[in-house]
Amino acid sequence: MDKVMRMSSEKGVVIFTKSSCCLCYAVQILFRDLRVQPTIHEIDNDPDCREIEKALVRLGCANAVPAVFVSGKLVGSTNDVMSLHLSGSLVPLIKPYQSFLN
Amino acid sequence: MISAGKVHLFEDLLTQKTRRRNMNTTSTHFVPPRRFEIYEPLNQMSMWEESFKNNGGMYTPSSITIPTNEKPDSLSEDTSHGTEGTPHKFDQEASTSRHPDKIQRRLAQNREAARKSRLRKKAYVQQLETSRLKLIHLEQELDRARQQGFYVGNGVDSTNALGFSDNMSSGIVAFEMEYGHWVEEQNRQICELRRVLHGQVNDIELRSLVENAMKHYFQLFRMKSTAAKIDVFYIMSGMWKTSAERFFLWMGGFKPSDLLKVLLPHFDLLANQQILDVCNLRQSCQQAEDALSQGMEKLQHTLAESVAAGKLGEGSYIPQMTCAMERLEALVSFVNQADHLRLETLQQMHRILTTRQAARGLLSLGEYFQRLRALSSSWATRQREPT
Repeated sequence: MDKVMRMSSEKGVVIFTKSSCCLCYAVQILFRDLRVQPTIHEIDNDPDCREIEKALVRLGCANAVPAVFVSGKLVGSTNDVMSLHLSGSLVPLIKPYQSFLN
Repeated sequence: MISAGKVHLFEDLLTQKTRRRNMNTTSTHFVPPRRFEIYEPLNQMSMWEESFKNNGGMYTPSSITIPTNEKPDSLSEDTSHGTEGTPHKFDQEASTSRHPDKIQRRLAQNREAARKSRLRKKAYVQQLETSRLKLIHLEQELDRARQQGFYVGNGVDSTNALGFSDNMSSGIVAFEMEYGHWVEEQNRQICELRRVLHGQVNDIELRSLVENAMKHYFQLFRMKSTAAKIDVFYIMSGMWKTSAERFFLWMGGFKPSDLLKVLLPHFDLLANQQILDVCNLRQSCQQAEDALSQGMEKLQHTLAESVAAGKLGEGSYIPQMTCAMERLEALVSFVNQADHLRLETLQQMHRILTTRQAARGLLSLGEYFQRLRALSSSWATRQREPT
């Protein structure tokens, strides 16, 4: 879907969320702790919510949200983010976007 | 305390006393089996004394010894045989009286009654012993059940005696049984690891043991996932765990970073890079746990809001329930995510460590939980003892 492609290829970390989704919130917290300011798209506030959901599922995110993109590439959902982080592979990915200003 | 048999004997005495009065005979001719003297409480002593006094002086107190200070627990049933061995003066006097046959018959009856009384007492004691063993056995079963997390009614919940809550579905019951087996297998694996690590073992055998141990943990996570779909509150509360394990509960299980902290000193021969990797793993774990915890807090907050939405006090709240139910669906995802974290931690440790180190680590981990379970049962036993 074009909209998804466009939004996901924005610079840095992009996360598709829903306002009611607490796991999405958890993922946001994690990136914040890693000193990254992700771009959040709350799709339930978007008129094309249904379409976006379908597109995300087609891309491989079973629950649609949270869907995390880094540098335009799909990282995955919560599971994937956690696995990456524990293996130490997440930080290198987001390093360009980490800000150490308080 | 006096047994049923002795009561009968006393009853015999009483009837004899009455009969004697009726018969107007001056001879009592009654000698109690000597063993009687051992158990007598004071009131029965006076009964005895009375029966002898009725004989109008045919008896001299010194001739019959009724020791009151004899220890009540000298349960020697054999002393009854001594009855005839040392005949009392009274006995000798009686044998010269008018009714020797009656006396003999009475003596025989007494012996028989005493014998029956002893047999009854023996049966009673045996029954007590059996019941006592049964009780110990039941207590042990209860302990075992508690350890395995069966919710044995401690009065807090509306559960029935040997604890399945009315709310417990068959799926949860099945989970608990499966978990019991899981613990047994876990203990077996720990023993095996311990045995093997003490001796000479080749890497292939060790690797196979490590693989099995890992698979065993993965199996538990799968079991939990299935159970979470049935009753997520049950899993979140760690109901299948022992009390000490529940003390450390985080999202329905152990907290990976805490475990790493506890076990790190016990890993032997870690290379510097390994130490660094483990520390990084621990930090990543903590960050992931923190994120999940905050997500959970948000879930609690939104759930509370949903439940309290609208006018509190109207008495109707179906829309609130519907909304809250939707929110609760998310709880299952959190529990699954926490287990995923545990699984990933295990796998990363497996990657960082050598086979032998991993085997040692799994042994330490396994025994740590064994100790927690033992602590739970020791604590429970301690509380049952009177202060």
